Amino acid sequence: MSELTYREAVRAALAEEIERDQNVVLLGEEVAQFNGAYKVSEGLLDKFGPDRIVDTPISEAGFIGMGVGASMLGVRPVMELMFWSFYSVAFDQILNNAANVRYMSGGLINCPIVIRGPANGGTNVGATHSHTPENVLANHPGVKVVVPATPADAKGLLKSSIRDNDPVMYLENTLLYGIKGEVPDEADFLIPLGSADVKRAGTDLTIVTYGRCVLHSLAAAETIAKEDGAEIEVVDLRTIRPLDIDTVIKSVTKTNRVLIVEEQKPFASVGAQVAFMIQEEAFDHLDAPITRVTTIDAPAIYSPPVETEQLPNVDRVLAAARRALKA
Amino acid sequence: MSETTTSKSASAEINQGLSSADKLELYRQMMRIRRFEERSLRAYQAKKIGGFLHLYIGQEAVAVGCCSLMGEHDHVITAYRDHGHAIAVGMDTKPLMAELYGKITGCSKGKGGSMHYFDPSNNFWGGHGIVGGQIPLGVGLAYGVKYQGHKGSAMAFMGDGAVNQGAVHEAMNLAALWDLPCVFVIENNRYSMGTSQIRSTAGPGLAERALGYGMHWEKCFGHDVYEVREIMNKVLTLAREEHKPSVVEIDTYRYRGHSVADPDKTYRTREEIDEYRKNKDPLIIFQHQLTEEGVLSEESQQEIDQAARAEADAAAEFAESSPFPTEADIQKHVYWEADHPDQRTSQGRLFFS
Ligand SMILES: Cc1ncc(C[n+]2csc(CCOP(=O)(O)OP(=O)(O)O)c2C)c(N)n1
Ligand SMILES: [Mg+2]
Repeated sequence: MSELTYREAVRAALAEEIERDQNVVLLGEEVAQFNGAYKVSEGLLDKFGPDRIVDTPISEAGFIGMGVGASMLGVRPVMELMFWSFYSVAFDQILNNAANVRYMSGGLINCPIVIRGPANGGTNVGATHSHTPENVLANHPGVKVVVPATPADAKGLLKSSIRDNDPVMYLENTLLYGIKGEVPDEADFLIPLGSADVKRAGTDLTIVTYGRCVLHSLAAAETIAKEDGAEIEVVDLRTIRPLDIDTVIKSVTKTNRVLIVEEQKPFASVGAQVAFMIQEEAFDHLDAPITRVTTIDAPAIYSPPVETEQLPNVDRVLAAARRALKA
Repeated sequence: MSETTTSKSASAEINQGLSSADKLELYRQMMRIRRFEERSLRAYQAKKIGGFLHLYIGQEAVAVGCCSLMGEHDHVITAYRDHGHAIAVGMDTKPLMAELYGKITGCSKGKGGSMHYFDPSNNFWGGHGIVGGQIPLGVGLAYGVKYQGHKGSAMAFMGDGAVNQGAVHEAMNLAALWDLPCVFVIENNRYSMGTSQIRSTAGPGLAERALGYGMHWEKCFGHDVYEVREIMNKVLTLAREEHKPSVVEIDTYRYRGHSVADPDKTYRTREEIDEYRKNKDPLIIFQHQLTEEGVLSEESQQEIDQAARAEADAAAEFAESSPFPTEADIQKHVYWEADHPDQRTSQGRLFFS
């Protein structure tokens, strides 16, 4: 075990996979000479050279499409988006080309690409830079979607994503990059995609969450344990597609109450899908309606103190959890 | 034959090296495309085919000329008007016709349709429905060829309308910036649906857009398969030997509407179409050329034509007698992992219905 930041964990996964497999390359804006817009790829150019770590022009459609084409030939490109928000200019390449080429070729072609970068609000960069598109991505059969919350998960899931033969959308978070955690060192430390993780065991309420909201949920659960004497179970989905609904259902059958916490606009969010599946598969186990904490439904506001309130935060989770425990 | 019908490219080295059999093969390929397209139009009219059908009739010399130059590491990607390229790279017409009929025996198992043919075993990477969307992928194929250390190329085909798509320009910049062996082939048939080039496209020409990227460019008379080969050989050599990309604008013409749903009455004249059919038909031009060279007799011309018709009919019969995919096939070929359950490493649900 080593104590690493989330950023270092992503970097370690990249370095190990680039080392392991000659076909793995990292491409993106500012990933090489500049050491990464968020310093995720710091030092990789020195270590692996300009054939493996490649600075691209500001052409998301062009370079992501290029990565898709290269992956059809067996290259395994990891494409960094400076912000996932910029996926909109490459939407066609990601969600028409990468997502569909296997299907439309009747299985003759596959596309082992990883597209990664941060996707979060909370940094006062306004609506254009604060998108969390995991629900939009997961709406497209053919792609996989991963949203890690901790350094260990970030490493184990990225390594699995790079080895995966399907296109994987890997969503990081700039507010997590500096957070530290214990991370296994083994070169074969892999976390399978599609495995949720119970981050805290409890008996009275299940919080289903992922990404940075896992941290808010854990903090709220500790406070409630101390102040209210109730035990909350926190289920971190870790992967949105494939989705480990079984772990969620198992928890629900134990606690009989569900609160979903997600950094998503509410309409057709990831949580909306999860809530549908819980009522479909565990209706008789529910003692109360499923509730939700989401981003307040508007484009991301700039105003720093107000943005904090627009997003799920510990206080909002606390209030919602207390309501859910009483309902 | 008068002298004027002689192809000025007949003496190009790349064409000089062709045997009589090779030349007949070029002619046969063009004929096979023409008859396949005509047969598929009849099938469409008989309501055997759904959706869109974009015919390649009139443009045959382009795909055949370009693809006749392919070696082991040369790749092709194109748009939705893809039947000609598919035949020219060597795909069997039976699964091509079956794909139009939506049958499980289709080249994409009935999942792609007319616009989405694929065959990686013949270095053919589609068949893409979004105008210009395939061009970054073509640059990616070129990147892959170079990264894997091969001497080869990618030919990324598009129409004249596609040059106005942003993704095309991003891709051109990348290819030029990184010396990727990509040949951007613009099949200029003068119209994007019902919009003529002058109504859609600024600037002196299409190939000239390469200038902005410092790329080599060429123009080409695409009704003469020899000329297509001569020009394309030049740029493919640049790509294979020096990893240099190029833009080639090939003048061509489609006789049919944009798709078979286009009544073709609003944007061009009957006379214009007739003029092309009479004076610039790639099959007639090459037939004259080969007759003049003493390679093609009237008898062998007839034979080739009959064989192509018979092949198209056989393809239609094959398609007709093949089964449709079943509902159980709908969720196959979505994920590599779901299709290889014994090698699956992920857990959880991949599908939600
Ligand atoms: C992004 C996008 N916009 C519009 C269309 C609809 N559309 C299909 S083909 C076409 C015309 C394209 O013309 P051109 O590039 O010249 O190719 P051609 O059909 O002549 O081969 C249009 C507008 C599309 N498929 N994709
Ligand atoms: Mg056109």
